[in-house]
Amino acid sequence: MIGLISSILTITLRAGTSLVYATIGEIFTERGGILNLGLEGIMLMGAVTSFAVSYYTHSLPLALLAAVLVGAALSAIHAFLTITMRANQVVSGLSITLFGSGFASFLGQRLGPATNNHRLVGLVGAKFESFRIPVLSDIPIVQSIVSQDILTWGIYLLIPLAWFYLYRTRAGLSLRAVGENPQTADAMGVDVFRLKYAYTISGGMLVALGGAHLSLSYTPGWSENITGGRGWIVIALVIFSMWNPARAIWGALLFGGINAVQFRLQASGTNIPAGFLNMLPYIMTIVVLVLITWWEALSKKVGAPAALGQAYMREDK
Amino acid sequence: MKKLAVLGTILLVSAILFAGCNKKPVEPVAVEKPKAFKVAFVYIGPPGDLGWTYEHDRGRKALNEAFGEKLQTAFIENVPEGPDATRVIRQYAQDGYDMIFTTSFGYMDPTLEVAKEFPNVKFEHCSGYKTNPNMATYFGRIEEARYLSGIIAGKMTKSNKIGFVAAFPIPEVVRGINGFTLGVRSVNPKAQVKVVWTNTWYDPVKEREAAVALLDDGSDIIAQHQDTTEPQKAAKERGKFSIGYDSDMGKFVGDTVLASPIWNWAVYYKDTIGKAMAGTWTSHQYWGGLKDGVVALSDLSPNVPEDVKTLVKAAQDKITGGWSIFSGPIKDQAGKIAVKEGETVPDDKQSTMDWFVAGVVGKVK
Repeated sequence: MIGLISSILTITLRAGTSLVYATIGEIFTERGGILNLGLEGIMLMGAVTSFAVSYYTHSLPLALLAAVLVGAALSAIHAFLTITMRANQVVSGLSITLFGSGFASFLGQRLGPATNNHRLVGLVGAKFESFRIPVLSDIPIVQSIVSQDILTWGIYLLIPLAWFYLYRTRAGLSLRAVGENPQTADAMGVDVFRLKYAYTISGGMLVALGGAHLSLSYTPGWSENITGGRGWIVIALVIFSMWNPARAIWGALLFGGINAVQFRLQASGTNIPAGFLNMLPYIMTIVVLVLITWWEALSKKVGAPAALGQAYMREDK
Repeated sequence: MKKLAVLGTILLVSAILFAGCNKKPVEPVAVEKPKAFKVAFVYIGPPGDLGWTYEHDRGRKALNEAFGEKLQTAFIENVPEGPDATRVIRQYAQDGYDMIFTTSFGYMDPTLEVAKEFPNVKFEHCSGYKTNPNMATYFGRIEEARYLSGIIAGKMTKSNKIGFVAAFPIPEVVRGINGFTLGVRSVNPKAQVKVVWTNTWYDPVKEREAAVALLDDGSDIIAQHQDTTEPQKAAKERGKFSIGYDSDMGKFVGDTVLASPIWNWAVYYKDTIGKAMAGTWTSHQYWGGLKDGVVALSDLSPNVPEDVKTLVKAAQDKITGGWSIFSGPIKDQAGKIAVKEGETVPDDKQSTMDWFVAGVVGKVK
């Protein structure tokens, strides 16, 4: 039984890692009042570029750097369109997703050795290995937490740091002010445009890291549409965590965990229909979303940044 | 200044346009080449999936080699099943393609719809059952190759648990699991085949998670009916063997893939297009097996011992000799006789198969 829980926890953390990166990235972007629906495209581009770089250079740090740069570039386009040009954020985000997923497939068919007639698909590159820590890696449950690779360890650090930054620092306060009421923030002397740019771009970097986790660690290698729609799930997970990085872990674990559990239930020959089990993660997300909205209405607390999705113009009232 | 620039642009654009108009129409080439026969393929996934679509595309490329300039092929990838498919198929028909192959079950109704609108274009739909005077269906008995791979798995499992990552509980997949299990049980009556449904054809992450769950549960060989190589990779990382599907996955994953039941569409495509070009094509329902060559078992991995190879060869000869893998006696999961001794499951019952044979752990519904 302990062994089973341990193995479920291991895979849950592993599966949740890319979701946590992307969720926290999107939380920062949305806290600045910018809705970025380009997640799916950015994750795919992060996955394909980081894998290509790891294949050619065998250097994982370079691969991560490439993903981060691509994430920055794509979200910079989104930032330019929505902040400077004040374009509709939904439309811009969707076009980033369309562009990103198409271009990622294209790169997968063009990069890679010409001798491999399907190019980048099916190749093996460098990948992150799980750490083995003496003593700790032999204790059940504990080992599921510590015997992970550096990217999963990264979320252990990222979650508290992101929370601390957002709620306990002056910079975090400015960021929240920009998302709640940019006019006031502007009057306070906060450079609204600069912050919006900064957090849209750095958010995009984290999202691309989430994509890189898929192609460098979780399902090493490149296959088309490797994210399988996880970018869209992240948008729900941001609401789920009520724009609080500390809660991002629960959404990601729920999503990663239910899948891990339901496949194990199936393998053990349960009587519950497989179709129902497959539905569970999605149903749970909807149920929790409804509960949270309900709770919000009751407690008069609003999770979403008030100015989310609105273009800011200085001359406006 | 700005006005000048605008004026300049307008002048430039009109100059280019008028220059185009003044050109004389190009004279038709005197020696007329025979018009190439145009064939289009509609794919559900990318040819780079190394699985289902990859195999269809391999068939398409073989056509170009076989027919040369007499044939012209085109394809479109990642076409969602539904209204989009109708639009894509209709576009090909309007563009003057002589024959259109649609390669996923969900294209059945879209294909039929367009086939009725274009009676002079020939349509072939893979894996469905609806036909028209100008629309045929084609499919293969991959379960025969799966039976052979089952023999290998049954002989080589040590835990007597074999994991099967499966996409959707539809007859095609159920037949495959049954065929595989019958193969396993023919050499190892103690072995169980554990089925996990993913409810997706193509999702590398989910396919891996399902495989890992089966490995954790004690399966030491992973077989699959999915469109990527991810379950095979997951098994390899645990140091376990696997059985591929669709294409020879050993080429992409390594020798831990013991064998792969594979599609060999070129055999069929060459034949049916040859008939269409010769004018002898008629609507049909093709369901080929091992003996036709449209399905096969890939080359076996060096990890497969000689005595197992001999068993596989013997079974292969039996099947190509006309023996049906669904010959009785076959028991169902409850242990009741489902197919009596001396009987076989007829084709129409096979195409609607919704029950598992004894030895499968899992549920169809």
